[in-house]
Order: sequence, then structure tokens, then C-alpha cells
Amino acid sequence: MEVILFELALIFYFASSVVAIIFLFKSVMIISRSMLVLAGIGFALHTAYIIYRYVAAGHIPIANFHEATSFFSWCIVLIFFMLHFRYRISLLCAFTMPIVMILMFSSSMLPKEIKPLSPLLQSYWLGIHTIVAFLGNAAFALASGIGTMYLVQERYVKSKHLGGLFARLPSLQTLDELNYRLITFGFPLLTLAIITGALWAESAIGTYWRWDTREVWSLITWFIYAIVLHARLTAGWRGRRAAILSIVGFLTILVAFFGIKLLQKGYHVFL
Amino acid sequence: MKVFVAGLNHRTAEIDDREKLAFNGNKLVEGLEKFKNLPGIKEAMILSTCNRVELYANVENIAETSESVKTFLSEYHNINRDHLNKLLYIYDDIDAVRHIFRVTSSLDSMVVGEPQILGQFKSAFEIAHKHKTTGMLLNRLMSKAISVGKKVRRETRIAEHAISVSFVAVELARKIFSDLSGKVSMLLGAGEMSELAARHLVNNGVKEVIVANRRYERACELAKEFNGRPVAFDEFLQKMVRADIVICSTGAQHFILTKAQVHKVMKERKQRPVFIIDISVPRNVDPEVGDLDNVYLYNIDDLKDFVDKNKFERQKEAEKAEQIVEDALEPFLKWMSSLDSVPTIVALRDKSAEIKQEELIKLLNKFPELGEKEREAIEHMAAAIINKLIHPPTMALKENGEDRDTLIAAIRRLYGIDETESKEK
Repeated sequence: MEVILFELALIFYFASSVVAIIFLFKSVMIISRSMLVLAGIGFALHTAYIIYRYVAAGHIPIANFHEATSFFSWCIVLIFFMLHFRYRISLLCAFTMPIVMILMFSSSMLPKEIKPLSPLLQSYWLGIHTIVAFLGNAAFALASGIGTMYLVQERYVKSKHLGGLFARLPSLQTLDELNYRLITFGFPLLTLAIITGALWAESAIGTYWRWDTREVWSLITWFIYAIVLHARLTAGWRGRRAAILSIVGFLTILVAFFGIKLLQKGYHVFL
Repeated sequence: MKVFVAGLNHRTAEIDDREKLAFNGNKLVEGLEKFKNLPGIKEAMILSTCNRVELYANVENIAETSESVKTFLSEYHNINRDHLNKLLYIYDDIDAVRHIFRVTSSLDSMVVGEPQILGQFKSAFEIAHKHKTTGMLLNRLMSKAISVGKKVRRETRIAEHAISVSFVAVELARKIFSDLSGKVSMLLGAGEMSELAARHLVNNGVKEVIVANRRYERACELAKEFNGRPVAFDEFLQKMVRADIVICSTGAQHFILTKAQVHKVMKERKQRPVFIIDISVPRNVDPEVGDLDNVYLYNIDDLKDFVDKNKFERQKEAEKAEQIVEDALEPFLKWMSSLDSVPTIVALRDKSAEIKQEELIKLLNKFPELGEKEREAIEHMAAAIINKLIHPPTMALKENGEDRDTLIAAIRRLYGIDETESKEK
């Protein structure tokens, strides 16, 4: 029954993405409004769905792959709206919604039934670890969206072609700073996710780290973002390089996220 | 009741003539009252800006007013009458209304789409309104003109395209840096063009200007103007580390900024973006500099291309604006012409009432013995006859049919209204 909430959310997100694509080509107030309203309704339905699952299962609903992808996209939309209220960059919607759609579509194709939680996972760490991890990853998702916008805008300025989205995209400096801020927001969360994961592993199976695929990929991601931040502060790797790295970083996250599912190995299989 | 415009603008008059004929400060109110008091002028307003001086009026007779306005202007501003004739344009009727609408829409401006004219027009109207030199016609006309101007601004993108090299440069700088305030700009070479560009940047928030010039005294001079800092020319590379926007316009015949040099500068400034504008011919900055990360190099031709493109865009928008002006003309003229029947009806009523009164007095004087009741009955009858007689022509005037102009003329002639009015004057 509650699945209808999820499906409605998916439909509204989809509609919002379609409108967002139209918005890229046609800058009209009503289009940007409806894009945001549709995304907002989708988000409300999505939130209701997650709460429903929480109540029905009795634990945080991030216990299978369907729930994980769904929660991941929920976090992305949440941070998108937070950014929107602060910076009013409505074009960002067009660069965010496609990511949300990929995750939501995958999520919709996965089994949705609530199964009893495996004893291995029954721990308060479940909530802390997953929420921190997905919020961090969602910040990286938006950083990659902003990074893409930066690359597009930089292309316009460098190639001296000032048509298209040039007038509507924010300035390079704004985009670069926003990209940096999102990464500085996501990085501590990712670090925290790795630490809480280790602690959880210790309490559940008695070892902090055992080079499970998920752990390895998390570490790779962590290093990528550590490089982004470090190189920015020391060597002035800003602008285009930072934008490209933030996109590479997020692609790594996606590969890790879906790759592990396909490999079906280790105790992260359900995620 | 006719709309009259006499004026001169940047196309018809040079700056010294415009200055001479301007109504500045106190002169505006003084001139406005003198203008209003000219014979045949019922309402008046004066618009005086640096690009135009225009006199608007509601007049009876265009030809007579033109003459008296010319005399007024030549005497008031002490300018030769023949010379004045060459500068002035005069419009009446639909052309006058169209001209006023085009002025507020910024279609008649030197820079089409410039935003100031509407504000200037508004305050000119407010002054005239405050001094009660405008009435029903001009109040309505000017309010309409202001709303047409607003509509053009709202519905076209006439003001959105920067059409000077300096404006384009500022627009670009805004897309590289979110905020120009606190940014440092550097002038390499102290030519007129770089001065102009620097002024635009400073007006848009740039805080510090560093000037490097081969002739140090000139650098000091220019730096003083912007509260900036002069530096020795051979030091410019070291100083460039701090500069976010570099405007280059030296007379050098070779590249004074090479890729290797800028690469080094970028390293030192930790890759913070730099916007380099090379407005010198021949170019002073090696085009390869633009390949560096976080360096945005534009030369004078690049900027001019945008100016041309933007001019073309503005032209397209201007065509839309002209259409808005044309669409606004008809309703206004219709309203104006409907006014003509009103004074005719009023005159017709007044005239009949006058005749009735005259005849009543004569009759009642002849028969002083009549009682109150009889007097009332006679008065009543006279009023009824008059009303019944003027009812059909009144209705015909109010109908606003196609032949209304003919009807107005006919009624005025048949009832001798024009003669009565001229006698009164």
C-alpha cells in the first residue's frame, strides 16, 4: 500500500526533471516555479514514504538496497532544497534531478518488501552510520552537479561564446565556492561514516576493518576528496580542476554503490 | 485641444546648443510658467535632460503656438532664431503622442534602451503637475507615456544587452567574480580606453586600482583619479600577483605579457582567477595566455564582437518596443477624440440655457402681475422645450459614430457655438 507513496514521489520527481530540462532552454518564471513545486511535492511524498517504512519496520528504513537508494536520493533532494533556499540557483535543479532519477529508478526496480532485519545489523549504529554516510554522499552529489555547472560556464567564458546558459548560470566564483563548501560539508561526514562503520564492525563481528569491497571503495572516495581539499589549499587547485575532481569523486561513489550490489560480496551486500 | 511637441535632442543639436537651451535648476519652473502663459497654451510641461529639451503642450492652434514657442525659446535662452529653427523639431497630433511614447520607452535615446529617461520624464511630469501647469489632457497623456515606458521595459529585453566595450567588460567580470567589491584591478598603460574601463569597474564596486605606466608621472596622475596606487612599470609583474582584473593598453608593438610570465603569476596567486582585458592594438598579451587555467583573456575584438551582437539584439527588442508604442497610440487617440464632443455638448447646453434665461426675463418683466404658480409653469415649459430640442443632438454627439467629427462641426456651426465662444474671449 505504502508503495504508492514511493511511486507517486517517483512520478513527481520525473515530472520535475522533465520540466527542469525544458527550463534549460526556456527561462520563464512559471517553468522554474512548477519545476520546484513538482520536486517539492515529490519530496513530501517521499518523506511520508520513509516515515511510513520506519514505523512499519520499527527501525531506520535503510536495510535493503531499495531503501538505501531511495534514502540516498531523499538526502540529495533535501540538500538541493537547502541550497536553493540559501542561494536561489534554480538551474541547479536540472543538474541534480537526473542523478535523483537514476537512483529512484534503480530503487523502484528492487524488491521492496520489509524483511526481518538480520541480527548482524541490529544495532543503533545502523541509523548513525547510514544517515551520516548518505548525507555526506548527497553533498558530494550536489558538488558534482555544481561542478558540472562550473564546467559549462567556464566553457562559455573561455570559448568567448556568451550565448546559451551563460547569462543564467551563476558566476564562476560563486560556483567554485559552492563546490568547495559542499565538499567541506561532505568530507567530515564521510570520515565520520568510515569511523562509525569501523566501530560498528568491531561491535558486530569483532574487527574494525577487513578490506571488504565497500570499505575499500569508501577509502578511495575519501582519498579523492582529501586530495580535492588538500590541493586546493596548498597548490590552488580550484576552478576547473576542483570541478572535474568533484565529478570524478561522485562517479566513484556511484560505481562503488552499484558495483558492490552486483558483486554481492561482503557484509555490505544489502547496501 | 491638440497635443504639441517642440524639442531638440542629441540628433538635431550639438552639446553646446543643448546646454544653451537646457532648463536647469530654477530655470525649469520659471521657464515652465512662462511657457504656460504663452497665448493659446492650455497645459504645459518641460522635459530637460542632457540629451534633450522638449516642450509639451495642449494647444488650440499648432501653427500659432509653434511661432510663439520659437520666439519664447530664442528670447529666453538668447539664441538666434534662424539657428534655433535648424535645431527644433515640432510634432502635433498622433506624431506628438507617438514621439512622447517613444521618449519614455527609451527608443528615442542616444543609447536605445538606456534606463534613465523614464525617471527623468517622471520627475519632469511631477514638477509640472505640482505647479499645476498640466490638466486633463497632459495628465492622462503623460501617465500613459510612463506606463508605456514601463511596459516596454517589462516586456522586452531592450535594456538587457550591454552595448559598450566597458559595459561588456563589466558584465564579463561579473560572470567570473561573483562580486566586484573588494576586487583589485590593474591598469597596464594609462590610455583613455583603459581609464574608461577602469571607471566602469570602480563604479561597479572594484575597490583598488593599481596603475603601471612607462611614464611614471602619468601613472601617478591616473592613480590619483581612482584613489589608486601608481607602480613603476618594470615592477608590474610582481604587482600583478594581487590583481584580479588586468586592463592592458600600452603602445608597445610586441607582447608584454607572455604565457610563461602569467603562469608564474598564477602560481604565486594560488590560481585565483584573473580576468585580462587586452584593449591594445597591436595586442600586448600573447593569446596563448588564455589557455592557462583560471585565466580569462579577452581582447578588444572579442569585446567588440559582443557589442555588435548585443546591438543587434537590442535592435530586435527595439522593434518589439515600437510595436508596443504603436498599440498604445490608438486607444489614447480614441480617448482624446471622445473629449471633443464633451465641450460641444456643454457649450450647446450653456447656450440654450442662456437663451431660455434671456427670454424668461424679458417675458416676466412684461407681465409683472403673474403669480408665483404661473411663473413656475412658464419656466417649466421653457425648460422642457429647450431640453427636448437639444436632446437629439446631444444623443448624436454621445454616440461616437463614424460621422461624429462632421456632427460636431455641424452642430457648432448650426448653433453658432464657435461664434459665441470667440465673442466671450
